[in-house]
Amino acid sequence: MAARYGVPDRLRRGLGPFAATDDDPRGGVEFTVLLRIARLTLRYPWQVLIAVGTTVIAAFFQLMIPQFLGDAVDHAHGFLAGGAEADARAALLTAAGFLLGASALRGLFTMLHNYFGDSVGHCIANRLRMDFYRQLQRLSFSFFDRVHTGELIARGMLDLEGVRMFFNTALVRLVLLATLIGTGSYLLISADLVLGLLSLSFVPFVAWRSSVARLKLRWMWLLLQDRMAMLTQVMEENLGGIRVVRAFAAQPHEMRKFDESSLKALALAYDRVGIRVRNTTVMTFAYFVAMGLVLWVGGLRVIGGEITVGTLAEFLAFMTILQMPVRQLGMMVNAFARASICGGRFFEVLDLEPRVRDRPGAEELVIRNGVLRFEDVDFAFTEDDGAHKALSGISFEARPGQTIGIVGPPGSGKSTIAHLIPRFYDVTGGRITIDGHDIRAVTLASLRRAVGVVQQDSFLFTASIENNVAYGDPWAVDERIARANRDAQLHEYVGRLPMGYQTLVGERGVSLSGGQRQRLSIARSIMLEPAILVFDDSTAAIDAATEQRIRASIKDLAAKRVTIVISHRLSSLMHADEILFIEEGRIVERGRHDELIAAGGRYKDLYDLQILPGEDTGIRFADAGGDKPTEGA
Amino acid sequence: MASLDATKTAPAPGERPPRAVVGSQISHFEEEMFGRAFDGRVIRRFLTFLRPHRAAMAVAIACVLVFTATQVSIPLLIRSAIDHALLGESQDSALLHVLALGFAAVIAVNYAANFGQEMIVGRIAERVLIALRRGMFEHLQHVSLSFMDRTEVGRLMSRLQGDVNAMQEFLETSVFAIGDFVLLVGIVVVLLILDFDLGLLTLSVVPVLLVVRIVWLPRAREAFLRARETNSIANGALAESIHGVRTVQGMIRERVNYDLYDDLAGNNLRAHLRATKFAQVMVPIVDLLTGSAMAIVVVVGGAMVLDDALDLGVMVAFLFYVQRFFDPIRSLTMQYRVMQRAMASGHRAFEVMDVPLEVDDKPDAVSLETREGSIEFRDVTFGYVPGQPVLKNVSFRVAPGETVALVGPTGSGKTSTISLVHRFYEIWDGQVIVSGHDVRDVTQASLGHMVSMVLQEPFLFTGTVFENIRYSTTQATREDVERAARAVGAHDFIVKLADGYETELDQRGGNLSLGQRQLVSFARAIVADAPILVLDEATANIDSYSEMLIQNALATLLKGRTGMVIAHRLATVRNADRIIVLQDGEIIETGTHTELLARGGLYAHLYSLNYASFDDIPDALIRKAASQAAIAT
Repeated sequence: MAARYGVPDRLRRGLGPFAATDDDPRGGVEFTVLLRIARLTLRYPWQVLIAVGTTVIAAFFQLMIPQFLGDAVDHAHGFLAGGAEADARAALLTAAGFLLGASALRGLFTMLHNYFGDSVGHCIANRLRMDFYRQLQRLSFSFFDRVHTGELIARGMLDLEGVRMFFNTALVRLVLLATLIGTGSYLLISADLVLGLLSLSFVPFVAWRSSVARLKLRWMWLLLQDRMAMLTQVMEENLGGIRVVRAFAAQPHEMRKFDESSLKALALAYDRVGIRVRNTTVMTFAYFVAMGLVLWVGGLRVIGGEITVGTLAEFLAFMTILQMPVRQLGMMVNAFARASICGGRFFEVLDLEPRVRDRPGAEELVIRNGVLRFEDVDFAFTEDDGAHKALSGISFEARPGQTIGIVGPPGSGKSTIAHLIPRFYDVTGGRITIDGHDIRAVTLASLRRAVGVVQQDSFLFTASIENNVAYGDPWAVDERIARANRDAQLHEYVGRLPMGYQTLVGERGVSLSGGQRQRLSIARSIMLEPAILVFDDSTAAIDAATEQRIRASIKDLAAKRVTIVISHRLSSLMHADEILFIEEGRIVERGRHDELIAAGGRYKDLYDLQILPGEDTGIRFADAGGDKPTEGA
Repeated sequence: MASLDATKTAPAPGERPPRAVVGSQISHFEEEMFGRAFDGRVIRRFLTFLRPHRAAMAVAIACVLVFTATQVSIPLLIRSAIDHALLGESQDSALLHVLALGFAAVIAVNYAANFGQEMIVGRIAERVLIALRRGMFEHLQHVSLSFMDRTEVGRLMSRLQGDVNAMQEFLETSVFAIGDFVLLVGIVVVLLILDFDLGLLTLSVVPVLLVVRIVWLPRAREAFLRARETNSIANGALAESIHGVRTVQGMIRERVNYDLYDDLAGNNLRAHLRATKFAQVMVPIVDLLTGSAMAIVVVVGGAMVLDDALDLGVMVAFLFYVQRFFDPIRSLTMQYRVMQRAMASGHRAFEVMDVPLEVDDKPDAVSLETREGSIEFRDVTFGYVPGQPVLKNVSFRVAPGETVALVGPTGSGKTSTISLVHRFYEIWDGQVIVSGHDVRDVTQASLGHMVSMVLQEPFLFTGTVFENIRYSTTQATREDVERAARAVGAHDFIVKLADGYETELDQRGGNLSLGQRQLVSFARAIVADAPILVLDEATANIDSYSEMLIQNALATLLKGRTGMVIAHRLATVRNADRIIVLQDGEIIETGTHTELLARGGLYAHLYSLNYASFDDIPDALIRKAASQAAIAT
């Protein structure tokens, strides 16, 4: 079970989960990966057929060229040997015509094979891109908790590219080379056994060298990626934390870190260059050796009268034609290697099953009353971690109109409770019900429509403020958006911006303060009017008075809904109908504010700590905004 | 509850919502599109990075020339073999053996030169790449913070990575471009020498190719850029969806996003198919021209051979040259694109290195050696935008061992004040004096050891807890680190982490709570052990448990040091020896908490407003308080 649902071990590590050391360069799995990509290409049977067909035709035209050249040479020479001049001139003209035709047709079919080959790659890439996107949107929070976002982005971009290139630069090129070398060999060997073998002698050597190089380069490429990622991290953190660097006068320290990472990468890059160069040069050399032998042995045969000069020229021309594709053999082999690594990494993500998903036959959740119940809920983040539960024995009930406050030290499990309600994670014991339905028995979409969580870390998308507020329902009517903005106390601020609600925010837009972001995030959730509204420490950066105003604005909304408020700030939740004090995943105190104060436990301690009375004036300075009844009313 | 979905208008399938986008729709490719392929200044700058490798470069260029010469001479050897050994008056196998030996020698030299050029260029490219990146990175360590403030880390990273890599591509290919060019010239010269008329006739196809390419290039370039642009937009959207996946799932935006992403992916697919068309359309044209050139050689050259005006070997050599002739032309025009990209990238890379160092050590800067810390501002005026000072004639003194709290509304100049102690920015007028020296007269490194700084947002680096606390004080021992952690009360939670002090922190310390990160950053400041501590206290968004610890830690931190604290908490304010109240860049009050309350000025008024922090008070209330204060005093 764990293996099926869980994240593969190699994915768990933060950076460079695929460190080459984990990866056997002769790994046996790659064939299945390639087969899988090949199967994908079959979704485009016509394009594949045309690409392969035109490749073969282009190769045949190309193979004709040396023959026509040889003929032309012989015709030109033939006259010297005593033929009729007029015949020779006519023959030359014919040979030239054939040369021109073969050359033009080769070009035409090469164009077609490249175009269709490439387009199959692009179509597959487009499909996989969409599959990847869909998959990322359905994988569970537990997956994203463990896997570095940069790693996923790299898979979606670079690895996809590796898969895309497979068809045209690996498969189609294989067909091309096989046709050229196969048919060429037949033609040459049948023309002259010895010369034919000599002109092809470099092919097996080159094939062998590129396979060896391929294994090494693939392995090193992985390592290099890993080292470059470390360097990137050093630079990124340095720039992000530049104030710390400056404050500690730590530039020399940072430069040392940079040099260390960068020299590690350099050493590897050097090795890579070395391997690449040693192989490509020796391959070229082998080609020329073969050519020299053909010239030498062929020349002796011409002198011996066994073959004509034209035949010798044909052999040499044929080698010229083979030179390019055979050099590309390395590229092709590399494309195979790359596709198998990239495909492996890419499919690994595609094949994951989300931990949290719809059960077969799950029904739509229809809210009748909207009563939320936790029944003896246990939760642990990892299945093998039974002893270390994040939550245990949590039970409570909330009816529409009620507010539940949850408070407790950091890491006590407060946010986890919030995350269990929309099934961002599944409980490991007990159950959560809404109107008596186990939330695992209803569809995720209907459940999440009913539960709105204002998250602690409010992520804004690169889009206008308006689009961000309407994120959960982009079809919403203007009036609803406007109301949400007003209720979340966003309106005043946005009104002051020159572009108003059309102001671009998010990574590429203007930056908002923490409080503004949180207000936007609240607007985004309340606009959806969910049956259960959860504020997961989402007002921490909002001052107490504004928070009070927000609470007052959504009073009507809250009257028909379950509201759960998780906060460090007692003023945010002391009005709750029930307050749960969580410590190490358990409820240690529960009750209304006055009950808990009267009980004199942990809640009381916390209250005393936060609500410090100003000594001489009676004024309260700290987080005490909420307990003044007059404020925000 | 039934009204929940009533306001939602059901969308037709496939319809795109009005208020939704995925990813940023902005592109940055214009400059590349119209960029120059040759920019003298960029080239000159670039050459400075090559200067250390002058000798190696000379060898590499020599290798390129030798390599090209051997390439050109191979058809000549074939020609000699045909004309002199095979078809000469007396067919001569002895001469053929000599020529074969010559061929062997040529390819041996070819191999050595090839090896030399590839190895040297490959390695220099890697080194220059690193030097370039290092140069940029190091420069960024010293540029003023006002530059860093307005520049996104992501943008700098794309220059450090993408632009540097584009330069590498350029460097690697440019040496081969020289080779290609020499090869082209070599072939032209040899053709004309072998037979001027036939050579000229054969070369007549070249202008045709040039015209075709000139017509083709701008269109094709537009198509290629468009493809890159759509790709980067789609990838940006993917990245955003991964970063914001928790919100996407929480708000059930999967379907909408999938559709929108499908549009982007579709654009990308179409743009790529179009680009492929443009790329491939050149193939048959080049082949047609090659065929024409061969036809010319066969018809005209063949006729000349028949007329005894040309040696057969020369005709064969011509045929070989024609086959190779278009390769350098093709790669040279490809080179144009690489160069264009490299110029744009180089421009961006050097732009980073040219950011002026506003804050720099004077040539005669002294090193601050005292352990006694004092701070004095004398009539300091400073701002970020000319004409808009944020500090106006600020003067104050913090005596050794004293702790001063800075309070005031947002925008009053608190953060600027503490930044100036560290000389993050250059002041316009007045003097900032630390331990008796103007900060402009001392080295920044020694100032960094004199003043340690704790920022509001604790920034941690990837690495272990131990490495983070030690940070740049690399001589600190394990005991020093533990002692510091104990002093700030961080030891207890650290030893409870999975690997104690050796626990690896996630990105930016994501696996610690904010309060814990704050404590680690305090411990870091203790280890650095500077006589002056400047601290920007975290605002409300810290939990009360950590707050208690932090208050204690703060006291420890300030013990025996000169301290300047931007205070948000009552306890901090009251524990300070003195309070400085800033408003609109001016000091309006100073004194102890009791004195200031008694005075009934702005401090007392703001205090009575009962906000969590002065930063939260709406402008209107501040103005009101200020006017009341003005009346009262």
